[in-house]
Amino acid sequence: MRIPLSWLREFAQVPAGASAEDVMTDLVKVGFEEEAVHRPTDTLQGPVVVGQVLSLVKEPQSNGKTINWCQVRVVPEGQEQTLTGKGIDPSGVQGIVCGAHNFVAGDKVVVTLPGAVLPGDFHISARKTYGHLSAGMIASVRELGIGEDHDGILVLSRIGLDPEIGTDAMELLGLYDQAAEINVTPDRGYAFSIRGVAREYAHATGTSFTDPASLVTAPAELSGGYGVKLNDDAPIYGKPGCDRFVARTVRGVDATRPTPQWMVSRLRLAGIRSISLPVDISNYVMLELGQPNHCYDLDKLAGDIVVRRAVPGEKIVTLDGKERALDVEDLLITDDSGAIGIAGVMGGANTEVSDSTTNILVEAAHFDEVSIARARRRHKLPSEASKRFERGVDWQIAGIAAQRVVDLLVDLAGGTADEAGTDVGTAPETVTIELPAAFASERIGIDFSEEQIVGCLEDLGAAVEKTETGYRVTAPSWRQDLETKEDLSEEIARLVGYENIPATLPVAPPGRGLTRTQQQKRRVVQALADAGLTEVLSYPFVSKAANDTFGVAEEGAARTAIKLANPISEEHGYLRTSVLPGLIEAARRNLSRGFRDLALYEAGLVFLPDGKLGTESIPPLGVRPAPEVLDGLFDGVPDQPLHLAALMCGHDSPAAAGHTPRQWDWADALDAARLVGDVLGVELVISQGSHQAFHPGRAAQLALRSGEVVGYAGELHPKLLAAHDMPARSVAMELDADAIFEAAADVIVAKHISGFPVATQDVALVVPREVPADAVLAALREGAGELLEDVALFDVYVGKGIEDGKKSLAFGLRFRATDRTLTADEASEAREAAVAVAAERFGAVQR
Amino acid sequence: MTDTLPGAAIPNPLDEAAITAAVEAAVAAIAAASSLEELKAVRLAHTGEKSPLSLANREIGGLAKEHKAAAGKLMGASRGRVNQALTARTAELEAENDARILVEETVDVTAAPRRRRAGARHPLSTLQDRVADIFVGMGWEIAEGPEVESEWFNFDALNFKPDHPAREMQDTFFVEPPEAHLLMRTHTSPVQVRSMLEREVPIYVLCPGKVFRTDELDATHTPVFHQFEGLAIDKNLSMADLRGTLEHFARQMFGEEASIRLRPNYFPFTEPSAELDIWHPGAKGGPRWIEWGGCGMVNPNVLRAAGIDPEEYSGFAFGMGIERTLMFRNEVSDMRDMIEGDVRFSEHFGMEI
Repeated sequence: MRIPLSWLREFAQVPAGASAEDVMTDLVKVGFEEEAVHRPTDTLQGPVVVGQVLSLVKEPQSNGKTINWCQVRVVPEGQEQTLTGKGIDPSGVQGIVCGAHNFVAGDKVVVTLPGAVLPGDFHISARKTYGHLSAGMIASVRELGIGEDHDGILVLSRIGLDPEIGTDAMELLGLYDQAAEINVTPDRGYAFSIRGVAREYAHATGTSFTDPASLVTAPAELSGGYGVKLNDDAPIYGKPGCDRFVARTVRGVDATRPTPQWMVSRLRLAGIRSISLPVDISNYVMLELGQPNHCYDLDKLAGDIVVRRAVPGEKIVTLDGKERALDVEDLLITDDSGAIGIAGVMGGANTEVSDSTTNILVEAAHFDEVSIARARRRHKLPSEASKRFERGVDWQIAGIAAQRVVDLLVDLAGGTADEAGTDVGTAPETVTIELPAAFASERIGIDFSEEQIVGCLEDLGAAVEKTETGYRVTAPSWRQDLETKEDLSEEIARLVGYENIPATLPVAPPGRGLTRTQQQKRRVVQALADAGLTEVLSYPFVSKAANDTFGVAEEGAARTAIKLANPISEEHGYLRTSVLPGLIEAARRNLSRGFRDLALYEAGLVFLPDGKLGTESIPPLGVRPAPEVLDGLFDGVPDQPLHLAALMCGHDSPAAAGHTPRQWDWADALDAARLVGDVLGVELVISQGSHQAFHPGRAAQLALRSGEVVGYAGELHPKLLAAHDMPARSVAMELDADAIFEAAADVIVAKHISGFPVATQDVALVVPREVPADAVLAALREGAGELLEDVALFDVYVGKGIEDGKKSLAFGLRFRATDRTLTADEASEAREAAVAVAAERFGAVQR
Repeated sequence: MTDTLPGAAIPNPLDEAAITAAVEAAVAAIAAASSLEELKAVRLAHTGEKSPLSLANREIGGLAKEHKAAAGKLMGASRGRVNQALTARTAELEAENDARILVEETVDVTAAPRRRRAGARHPLSTLQDRVADIFVGMGWEIAEGPEVESEWFNFDALNFKPDHPAREMQDTFFVEPPEAHLLMRTHTSPVQVRSMLEREVPIYVLCPGKVFRTDELDATHTPVFHQFEGLAIDKNLSMADLRGTLEHFARQMFGEEASIRLRPNYFPFTEPSAELDIWHPGAKGGPRWIEWGGCGMVNPNVLRAAGIDPEEYSGFAFGMGIERTLMFRNEVSDMRDMIEGDVRFSEHFGMEI
C-alpha cells in the first residue's frame, strides 16, 4: 500500500517537514513493514515552469526530420526573470529546439530550464543543436517521469489546465508530494486504505485522527433505486457471497472532463494510472476508504442486477478485454444480458463507462473473503478490488463510499445524483469478545493498567464495556480480524509498544540432550569430513531416470518414487530415492570449474513411497483429531530414511613436490562406508554386489549381520560415468544411515585384554580365483578357534608359480591366550586347524 | 709431523726432549685433523705400531733395569697425553660431523606436500549443530520430522484456514496426486505439531531442518532452505519469556552486545505475533538491525489441534532461516554459493563456523 503524504495529512497530524521515511518509521512501530519511498523530487529537480509558446518555426533538416525552433515565454510579460544561471535568458523568453509536433503557438507547456535535472539523471543545459542555441526543453509526461506517453509534449490545456506563465510546473503537477509504501499483513485488510493507515499513524504517534467516513454525509436509508437482488444459492462455508449491495445513480455526467491534477497526482503516487474521470473517482474512493466500487454505464444495463453464482458454461469478457470461462463457484454481477462482472474481482467490458457515458450506476458492495479469494485464484486476476475483499472490507462503509463517489461525480463531472438509491443485504452479527481483566497482562508480560487496556481498545474503534471479570469488547466494523482475547492482547501490546515487553528467561525442565540418533548422525557426518571428504547439500529434486539408475538395486523391482504436482522443472519432477544424483551434479559443477580431485558426501533424506500415499481428506483445524484419524495421517506420510552417500573422483590429495597422489579407487568407496560402520560400532558385512549404477565386477553390497542390505560401494558403472561426463573410475557409496543407527549396540560390552605374548604365523593359501578373500578369512577365523586374536589379508598374488585360474592369498594370523604364554606348537596347531577349514571349504592349498 | 717412515730414528724412551717433541708433534697433528678420516690417519701415524711413540715404548724392554721405571713413566704419561688429545678431538669431530649431517638434512619446510586432503563440513550443517547446542544447553530438546508431510500438519494444525493464501500452489510443492494431501513442508512448524502430539507438556523443543517453497533460485531465494523453529509450551508463558529466550539465544550467536527488537506482525499460528530483528554489532557496513525471523505466542487453535488446553497452558514459538543467519553472520552475499556444492565454499569454512 502506497500512502501519498498529502492525502494522509488530510486525516492525520503528519508534521509539515516529515518525509516518507519518517512516516514509515512511525508505521513500523505498529506493525507495518517498510517497502519503498516514492518521491518524484528524488529524480526530478527544477526549474521546471509553465511556458507559453510564442512562436514556432518549422525547419526541415538534412536528416529528413523537421524541428521546431520555438520562442517560449517563461515569465509573464512585463515581469522580470528572477531566475539566474547559465542559459536562462533575462528577457523571460527562451529559444528552444523541439522535435515534437503536437502543439502550436499559443499553447502552454512545461519547460525544463537549464539547471533542471530530469529522471535518468538527465541534466538540462543550453546547448547548440540544429544551428540554434537551445536553452531548455519542452517536456513530455514521460520525460517528467509521470506517464508513459511520449508521442508528444505535454500541452497543459489538454489536461484541463490554464495556469499563469512562470508557474512552478512541479507544484502544478503535484510533484512535490511523496508516498510511503508499506507492506500490510494479510489480517489487516482495513489498512489497504488511507483511512486505515491514517488511524494507524495516529496510534503510532499518539496524535489525533479524523475519520474520512465522518466527512461524508450519506442518507440513513435508501429506497426506490435500481433493482438489485442477492440470489446466492451456493454460499461457501455457509456465508453468502454478497451481504450488502449499495447502488446509486448519477445522471448527466461529462465523462470526458479531465481529472483534476491533485487527484491524478495522488493516484499516480499510489501506483494507479489515471484513465478517465469516472474511473479515477472510483479508484480514488477505493484508496481513501478501502471500499472497492464500480461505475456501470447505466444505459448499457438491461433489467435488474442479480448477484448469483455462475451457471455451467457461462462466460464473460472482463474489462481487460479477455473472455473468461466461468466456474459455477464464481460469484457474478448479472443483468438480463448475463454476466456483467465477476463480483469483487473485475467488471465486464460490456457495461464499462466510456467517454460517451452520461448516466452512471455506482456499485459499492460487500463480498465474502473466501468467495473472492477463490475466484481471483481461479482466474489469476489479482486486482486492487480482490486484494481488499480477500482481506476483509468494512461492512459499514459501502453506503458512505457510494455517497463519496456520487459527490465527486457531481462535483467534478457535472452530474446530478438521483435521490433514490438501493441498499440491500444483511448486516453481519456483532461479535463480542470477553477479555478477562488480567489476561493481556499475563500473556504479554506487561502489567497493563485499566486505562491502558480500555484506552487502546477504544482508540482502535472498539466499544468496551466493563464486566465483573474483565471487559466485554465489541470490535469495530472494520476489524473483523479481531475475534479472540488473544487478538485483543496483541492490539493492546501493539499500541503500548512491543519495545516495552520485558525479558525473562524461562527454565526448561531437565532435558536429555541430543537423542542417540542425533548423536550418531553428527558423529558420522563429522567422521567423513575428518576423513577428508567435503560435505555438500543438494536439492532432493531429481529426474525419473536418476531414480531408476540410483534407486532400488533389484532388477525388475518396482522403482516407485514420489512425483511433485508442481515441480520447478519437469526435468526434476521427482523426489530422490538416492542421494547420489545430487552428488554427481555437485561433482560435475566442480569439475566444470576446474576442480578434478573430488571427495564429496551428503547426509540427506530420501523419499520411499510404501503403500498408501496420503489421506483422502484432512481433519479440520483447531481440534485434536481422533486417534485413528491421526494414525491415518502418520501412516500416509511416506518413509523418509536418512541416507549417507559419498562420491570420489580424481586423486586423493593434491600433487606436490615429493608427493605422488593416489587415484581414488573402489576400495576408497568401501573404506568410506566402513568408516561409517566403524564410528557407530556396527559391522558391515561386505559381499560382491550387483547394482545397476555400479561396475558389475567392482561393486560391494553392504549388509548388517542380520542380512539386511544397507548399501552399496564401489566403482560407478563406466557407461554411466561416460553418460554423465564424469571422470572414468569415479567411485561412490551410499548407505541407509537410519538402518545402521538402529543396529548399533546400546551398550558396548568390554573385551578382556590379555598381557601374554603374541605368537604370529603367516600362511599363504592358493584358492580358485573366484573365491572371495573375505570368505577365506572367515574360514580361517572359524578354524583357528579361540586362540586367534586377529587375522588379516596382507597379500594377493596371481602369476608365476600359481596355476591359471587360481590366486594366492597371504594372511597374517595373530594368536594369543588369555591365561598363558603360547608355545610354538600350540600356535602352529591352531594355524593348521584354520587352514584345514579353508581347505575343506574352498580347496585351499598351502603354498 | 714426525717422520714415521722406516729407517727413521727411533726416539730413545729416556730422551725426554725427543719424546716430548714426538708427543707435541702428535698433539699438533691431532689438532690439525679436520675430519674423522684425517684423525684416523693421524692416530695410526702417532699411536700405531710403527709410530715413534710405540717404537720408543717398545725400546723400554731393552733398557737397563734401573732406567725402565723412568722410561715407563715418561712413555706412559706421553702416550696418555696423546690418547687424551685423540679422545677429545674425536668427540669434537664427531659432534661437528653430527651437526653437519643435520645441516645437510635441512629441508624447505615451506615446500611440504599436503599428503592428506582436509575435509570440510557444509557451513549450514555446522551452523545448525551450533544452534542446536545452544538450546540443548538450555535444557531444550531437538525434534525432527519428515520433509514430505501431510497437509494437515503443515497448515490446518497450524491454524491456516483452508483458503489462506499461503496454501496456494505457487508457494507450496504438492505431491502427486494433490488429492492425497501431501506436500513438501513449507516450514519446520509441522514438527512442532508432531512434538505437541507426541510429548507431554511442558515442552521445550527446537526443530531444525530443510523446508521447501516454489521459489526460483537466485541470489536471495532458493526453493530448498533450512530453518530452525523453537516451541515452548508451559504454564503461564508470556511474551516476556519469548523475548528473554530470544535475547539469550541472540547473545550466544552474536555476542554479548547483540540485542533483539520485536515488531508487530501476523502469522496464522501465533497471536500475538511479532517480527524479530537482531541488532548485529558486527554487521558488514556497521552495526544495524537485521530482520531475522518471526515469533509469537502460540495461537490457541494450534494448541487445541494438539489436544492441549489453551486455558491451562500457553506457549511461544519462533523461527529463523539458517541461510539468512549464515548470510549476515558470515557475510555470504549470494545464496547460490550455499547450494551449488562448490567445494571452495565448504572448504573455506572447514569444520568451523
